[in-house]
Amino acid sequence: MRHLLNTKDLSRDEAVRILDVAEDMADTQQREVKKLPTLRGKTVVNLFFEDSTRTRISFEAAAKRLSADVINFSAKGSSVSKGESLQDTAQTLQAMGADAVVVRHQASGAPRTLATSGWISAGVVNAGDGTHAHPTQALLDAFTIRKRCFGADSRGRDLAGLRVAIVGDILHSRVARSNVWLLHTLGAHVTLVGPPTLIPQDVSAWPVTVEYDLDAAIAAGPDALMMLRIQLERMNAAYFPTEREYTRAWGLDAGRLAALPADSIVMHPGPMNRGLEISADAADSPRSTVLEQVTNGVSVRMAVLYLLLAGGRGDEKENA
Amino acid sequence: MTGETFLIRGARPEGGDATDILLRDGVIAETGTGLSAAGATVIDADGLIALPGLVDLHTHLREPGYEASETVLSGSRAGASGGFTALFAMPNTSPVADTAGVVEQELALGEAAGYVTVQPIGAVTVGQKGERLAELGAMARSRAKVRVFSDDGFCVWDPLIMRRALEYVKAFDGVVAQHAQDPRLTEGAQMNEGTVSAELGLTGWPAMAEESIIARDVLLAEHVGSRLHVCHLSTAGSVDIIRWAKKRGIDVTAEVTPHHLLLTEELARGYDARFKVNPPLRREEDVLAVREGLADGTIDIVATDHAPHPAEAKACEWAAAANGMVGLESALRVVQQAMVETGLLDWADVARVMSRTPARIGRLEGHGRPIAAGEPAHLTLHDPAAGGVFTTEDLRGRSVNSPYLGRELPGRVAWTFHAGTATLRDGVLAPTEEVAR
Repeated sequence: MRHLLNTKDLSRDEAVRILDVAEDMADTQQREVKKLPTLRGKTVVNLFFEDSTRTRISFEAAAKRLSADVINFSAKGSSVSKGESLQDTAQTLQAMGADAVVVRHQASGAPRTLATSGWISAGVVNAGDGTHAHPTQALLDAFTIRKRCFGADSRGRDLAGLRVAIVGDILHSRVARSNVWLLHTLGAHVTLVGPPTLIPQDVSAWPVTVEYDLDAAIAAGPDALMMLRIQLERMNAAYFPTEREYTRAWGLDAGRLAALPADSIVMHPGPMNRGLEISADAADSPRSTVLEQVTNGVSVRMAVLYLLLAGGRGDEKENA
Repeated sequence: MTGETFLIRGARPEGGDATDILLRDGVIAETGTGLSAAGATVIDADGLIALPGLVDLHTHLREPGYEASETVLSGSRAGASGGFTALFAMPNTSPVADTAGVVEQELALGEAAGYVTVQPIGAVTVGQKGERLAELGAMARSRAKVRVFSDDGFCVWDPLIMRRALEYVKAFDGVVAQHAQDPRLTEGAQMNEGTVSAELGLTGWPAMAEESIIARDVLLAEHVGSRLHVCHLSTAGSVDIIRWAKKRGIDVTAEVTPHHLLLTEELARGYDARFKVNPPLRREEDVLAVREGLADGTIDIVATDHAPHPAEAKACEWAAAANGMVGLESALRVVQQAMVETGLLDWADVARVMSRTPARIGRLEGHGRPIAAGEPAHLTLHDPAAGGVFTTEDLRGRSVNSPYLGRELPGRVAWTFHAGTATLRDGVLAPTEEVAR
């Protein structure tokens, strides 16, 4: 794998391979000594133009457990905030000898621009770009679903026939977009649920079903219900009238939790707005995978960094 | 002026029967077969199409204020190399061309460069802010004789200001050229809104944000009996509205850019900011609709919206990149590909949509004239049989933000004559000092 920019370009086999390597990585994390020597001497730069402590420390933990050297380059407190361009930042990292750049950027497409510009030779991992993609989040979500459904029998399997409902602000969600393509590629059926204002104006080209009614989506018995974080500032842009109305219509409360089939799981990429899109009952219930997602995130990111930096880079199909 | 006499042998005026054309003392002295002239430079124009010098109603020359992108001189050279003999310069300079002083400065810079006739466009509102009318009358009565007014880059959004502007310019036969874009519906917009924007996670620019303004403006123009020009129309719905308005007898004209005749939103997929433009590239259906609109006369003209930007304004993430593409050097070749080779227009139509009608809309005297004895010698010789990959070698302005780099385009502009002077000589621009006045 040369870069990981989105999930749409991943084939089923490539995606299953990443998930399987993540299983191997997860196994190593059960040992007393969690650190592997695999990426010793490699430099991974976490280039974050946008705050995200969770994603950054997850990548940092993943890289360190593979023995890579990690440099955290934050837009705040660096020349970026004084207006240095993406090009100059990238070329600086190149001059410092970065082997992989994990990039988070507020602009959709910035990781692709970085990967295709010729400014750097490092592999690029998209750690979230604008409202476009967040491929490692989708991979860890798929990993979590697979693990919950198939347990020790997960390796080599996809998600054929499973039904996943993604609920909330689809329009502004890179998590939703990356999940749509990855879950579809893995054979799952995806339903998007939310107020019509927060569903993109034309999703006719997406392999999804759109449902405005959360109760109907729950009645259909999804295997996984993925709740997205709702940004309160959306209210000011007239996407929905009030917090209360949103919660009433699209929040996962105790009643809706009870209406879910017994073996359905409840997911959330975090950070949660308890009481808004998800109630404490749901967040803390045994069917919630919120903390497993965090744990699995490290394994999945270890797998991605491993495949990018040690896994026969250059002789495989380019995901770009 | 060099005083050089040219005898063009065997060119086909507007694609018609081959004829000789004699240019002397800045005018077309004679046309016909078997002409001779002692001391004339003889041009073998066998197979070349002669067109009246091209007129661009929509150019950004960037000077004063943004000379890193383009100057009047460099833009004039780009124009001459693309077959243009007249450029209407948009007023979004710094300072904005909203006073008689600035438009006269623009005019003087164009005259000094000498490659083309530079005709300033005046801003509709002070600073293009959409709040107060600029001194339109002063610009009209200035030496620049401004007849076209536009806040291009911004929409004259306030319906009352738009109404007043439309009414006011009637006093001097002016026209308001509207950049049709509802600002509220396009806040933060990055590309056409639809399936591609949904996938790419880029904020959408809905087609109806253009169409609703055009619909409002044609009704305003009808109500006050004014002349309206619609800049860079880009959607199928806009074509329908203009068609309806013309049928109703409303005095409206419309332009389409070469890029909206050829390119689609699919090009945004790689996040290459060379394809970021306002209005954005639209769907395939829209491209086909604007071609049909241009073919049936609903759309009156092709105008480039030549918009030079320095490299750093494009070599960045999409959202941070500037809108716009250079277009003067490629316009005729793109029109050949999109309209002539598809059989939608013949060369006489090209002369109409790229020279005659834009000159008429802008009330620019001496341009867009027939190729006939006694007319000013503004002339373009185009070789439709040539062609090749478009490269930075084809770009003669100061900026290289062309969406066509690496793309095969037919045709080659061979010669351009401005007032009898060869500004482009068999593909080679005349030296600056030879053209300068």
